[in-house]
Order: sequence, then structure tokens, then C-alpha cells
Amino acid sequence: MRRLVYYELIKTFLKKRTYIGFLVVLVVVPLFVIAMKIEGGRFLQMTTRSLQQDFLFVGNLFNGWFVAFYMMNSLWIHIPFLISFVAGDQLAGEATAGTYRLILIRPVSRARIFLSKYYTTGIYTVSFVGFLGVLSVGLALSLLGHGDMIILSRGILILSADDVAWRFLVGYALAAWAMLTIASLAFFFSSFVENAIGPIIATIGVNVVFLMVTVIPAELFQTIRPYLYTTYMDLWQRVFDDPVPWGRIGTSAAILGGYSLGFALIAWSIFRRKDILS
Amino acid sequence: MTGDVILQTRDLGKQFKKRWAVRHLNLEVHRGDVFGFLGPNGAGKSTTIRMLLTLIKPSEGDVTLFGRSIERQREEALRAIGGIVEKPDFYLYLSAFKNLEIVGALSGGVKRTRIEEVLELVGLSQRASDSVKTYSHGMKQRLGIAQALLSDPELVILDEPTSGLDPQGMKEIRELIRHLAHDQKKTVMLSSHLLNEVEMVANRMAIINKGELITQGDVGDLLDKGEKYVIVRGRPATKLRATLKKQKCVKKVVSRGEECEVTMSFDDIPTLAEALVTSGIEVQALIPRRSLEDYFLSITENESKL
Repeated sequence: MRRLVYYELIKTFLKKRTYIGFLVVLVVVPLFVIAMKIEGGRFLQMTTRSLQQDFLFVGNLFNGWFVAFYMMNSLWIHIPFLISFVAGDQLAGEATAGTYRLILIRPVSRARIFLSKYYTTGIYTVSFVGFLGVLSVGLALSLLGHGDMIILSRGILILSADDVAWRFLVGYALAAWAMLTIASLAFFFSSFVENAIGPIIATIGVNVVFLMVTVIPAELFQTIRPYLYTTYMDLWQRVFDDPVPWGRIGTSAAILGGYSLGFALIAWSIFRRKDILS
Repeated sequence: MTGDVILQTRDLGKQFKKRWAVRHLNLEVHRGDVFGFLGPNGAGKSTTIRMLLTLIKPSEGDVTLFGRSIERQREEALRAIGGIVEKPDFYLYLSAFKNLEIVGALSGGVKRTRIEEVLELVGLSQRASDSVKTYSHGMKQRLGIAQALLSDPELVILDEPTSGLDPQGMKEIRELIRHLAHDQKKTVMLSSHLLNEVEMVANRMAIINKGELITQGDVGDLLDKGEKYVIVRGRPATKLRATLKKQKCVKKVVSRGEECEVTMSFDDIPTLAEALVTSGIEVQALIPRRSLEDYFLSITENESKL
């Protein structure tokens, strides 16, 4: 199995499309951090204007931690889109290229080929989220320095400087876990089509619709919200709550894991019976 | 000389929605055969080969390779087989060598020297490190044969290996098939829609049309079976008919305008030609024909009219 995964990684990482996501992050993150360095102070002032009548902000709250946390919001839509580029291509790409005919006539079971592709998708997803984390946190800290971290998403919370780094580490680990669900969804779509564009569009479509249902405060959506994976995708944000709701994070992680496994199992049931006609 | 049966299909069939692409197919390939699998386009050849190589699941029947059912012992059965299905496709952004490494890994691992050996055999050693996207169709076809031979299989299944090649390329592939069969002692199953191609390389063959087996057996026996006749075209037509009827070697003459269908042995064609010329007939053509060839031409012609 290790050898199969090794060659799947070679196939994936020697393909140009694999680097689209890395390239986008490599361009957008420095641009964002530089823009924040130039005008970011004003941005924080604008965001906290209503609070300044009641609170006195002391010290450097506009720092690398604040900007790095802000960039994590790309994990809702932008990063899933970039992940689906590769995950959606894993199976459908073989059909498009006609290379199923090359690999599925070998004395190796479809189960092993499927697993090696799924592992590779996971490795890509984790490495991509890791790359985003290292680049955004590293660059933000080196250009904007560090200090106490202000979080404005649910009221106002200030975390002391020595209590932040581990939260980013765990936050990105949980983000990678959440992104595996997105990757599994794209992988599932990839199993029953013969063109990689379909899985990308389908994944993004499902993700956007589910996110809308999750965030729009309508009574109508209350009943279906617990069944959508997007309801549990905020687990990486929860690490920045104080105190950290570990129980809720654990439940969300387990549910997302269940979704990933479910998508993978459905993909497998399609792949194992698939007639290769391409 | 052919040996025991190494590939057998029993009542093999594949249904797509309501249409049967292949039905009740019983094939036998013997060890040492160059087996021609002949049929017009859309006859079910590729569907059959896809079933043999487990790309598609049969709707009915069974395939046995080296005595093992591909349904129950798939991996063991496929271990001694290499193949190309339709046009050879590869990871275009990778080199030929890397493509073969991947195929090798899926075949249980092959040594670097074996990859070099098969690339040498198909004449691609010099281009081994170039990405496949720079290859011509003929080179891809040869690389397809290289990947089929990589694990040194006993049985090589080639689906239309000369398709899309120029005459020189077709000749090279035919020579390679002969080399595989005679020098490397491989059993080769070769699908084609060209009777003469099969006739040139195969010792046994099967003909399939509309998904059903028409006939199967030794190429020589099948081609000799049935009536042989010669189409003779010449002028003047009346003199042609009269002269033909006088010849001892001619068994039967059927006249069709300026053309006559003459039942006779092919060995006597030179004698007949000489007699016609001596009689002052302007001979335009002498075409030896066999009933099997006629049959095959009729099904392929019908196909091309559709």
C-alpha cells in the first residue's frame, strides 16, 4: 500500500493543477498581510469604533495574531474551492485521461487503488491547510509583530500573548480535519463522473448552499441545520473561545469524521462496481 | 503448434440498459496462439476485451484465465496478463519511464532494468525521459505495448494495436507481434477489424458481429472452408465467357456483365491468365476470393453504410 500511495503522490504532486491552490495562497496571503500592514490599523479602529466609547484599548492589538486569525476565515469558502480542484480530480481525472484503462487491469484490487487515492487526497488536504497556516501566521507575525490577541467574532475577547500560539496550532489541525470532509465530498463526486469540472462545481455548490442554510437565521432552516456538515465546521474557531468548549469541539470533530467516512464509503460503493467505459 | 486453453469465456454477455453489446460468447485461446479477434467496428470486441481485463463486469457468463475465474480470483488471474484496451492513454505530464514505474508498482513491482528492457524492445529507449505529451500516436502505441509486456506476462491482449498508424507503423507492430509470439513464446490475443491483418499474424481467430460469435478456429481452416472463386474482369465479355467455359481448371462460371465469378483452384490462376491472354482477351482483373472473406466484407460494408 505504501508504494501505491507513493506513486499516487507522485502523480498528484507532478500535476500542475495541484499547485494552483498553493500559488493562490502564496500570492494572496502576502498581499493581504502587506495591505494590512499599510492600512490595517485603520481597519481595526473602524471595527472597534462602537466599542471605543465603553472600552479603553491599550497596547498593540493590531498585530500578527489578529491578522492571521482574520485570514482563517478563508477556510469557509476559498480554501474548500481550492481543495476541490485536486480532490475532485483524483478519480474523475483518471477517467478523463483514459488512464483507468492503464491502472485497473493490473493484479491489484480496486480497494487498494481507491484507498491509495483517498490517502493521497488526505495528505494533499493536510499539507495545503498546513501551508496556509505556516505562511499566514509566519508572515503576519514577522511583518506585524505579536502581542495580545483581540477576537471580535462573538462579542469581544482578548487573549494574552502567551495563550495564543497553541490555539493556532490546534485550530489549524482542526481546520485540516474539517477540510477533509470537503475533500471527501469532492472525492465522492469524483467517483461517478468522467470529468473533473463536475466534482469541483458540485462541491462548491453544495458547500455554498449548506453554508447559507447554516448562517441564515431563518426558522425554516432550524430543523435541517443539524444534518448539514457545515454546522460543525466552525470547530477551528471554537479553539479561540475562552474557555475552550472541548466537548462541543469533540462532538463536531466526530460528526465531521462521520461525514468524511460516509462520503468515502459511498464513493467506494460506486467505484467498486463502476464499468470503465472511458 | 498450440497448447492447452489459457483463456476461456463461457456464455459471456454484457447488457447496457436494454441493449446486449455481447451475448453468449464462447471463446478459447490456447497457449502459444496468436489469436485474432475479428469484427467490424461496434461488433463488441472492445467490450469483450474490457470484460477479459476486468474493466467492466459481465452481465452473464464467466471468464477463466489460466484456470482461474476473474470474478473470484481476479488478482491471481491478472498476474500473467498484459494488455492495451483501445488507444493507449498515459499520464501525459510524466515521462515514459515514470509511467512504466507506476504500471510496474501496480503489477507488484518491477526492476529498473526490466523497464529499460521493454523500452528497448519497442524502440523508445532514447525518449524514455521525455514526457509522453511529446510523443506521436505511433510512439504512444509502442509505449502501450511496452506497458503490456512490463510484467513479462504469458498472455498479451492487444485491442486494435495498429489503429491510427501509418503503413510503416502498422508493419512495425505486426513484426513486434510476430517477435513476441515466435521469439518470446507469448500467447497473443489481437483484436482487429481488418481480416488481412489477422491473416498476416494470427494462427487462430474468431469472428464476432453484433455481439455474437460467428465462427472460430484455425485461420487456415476458416479461410479454406467454403467455396473459393476468382472474379475475372475482361473484354469482350462474350469471348471471355466462352473462353472460361472451355478451360479444364474451371468448375463453374457465373456471368455478371463484364465480370465473371469463376469457381476454381487458386493454384490454376496463372494457367487461366495465360489462356485468356492467348485468346486475345483484354484482362482487367483476376481477384481470388473466399467465402469467409466475402462474408466479412459484407458485414463490414453494411457497417460502413450505416
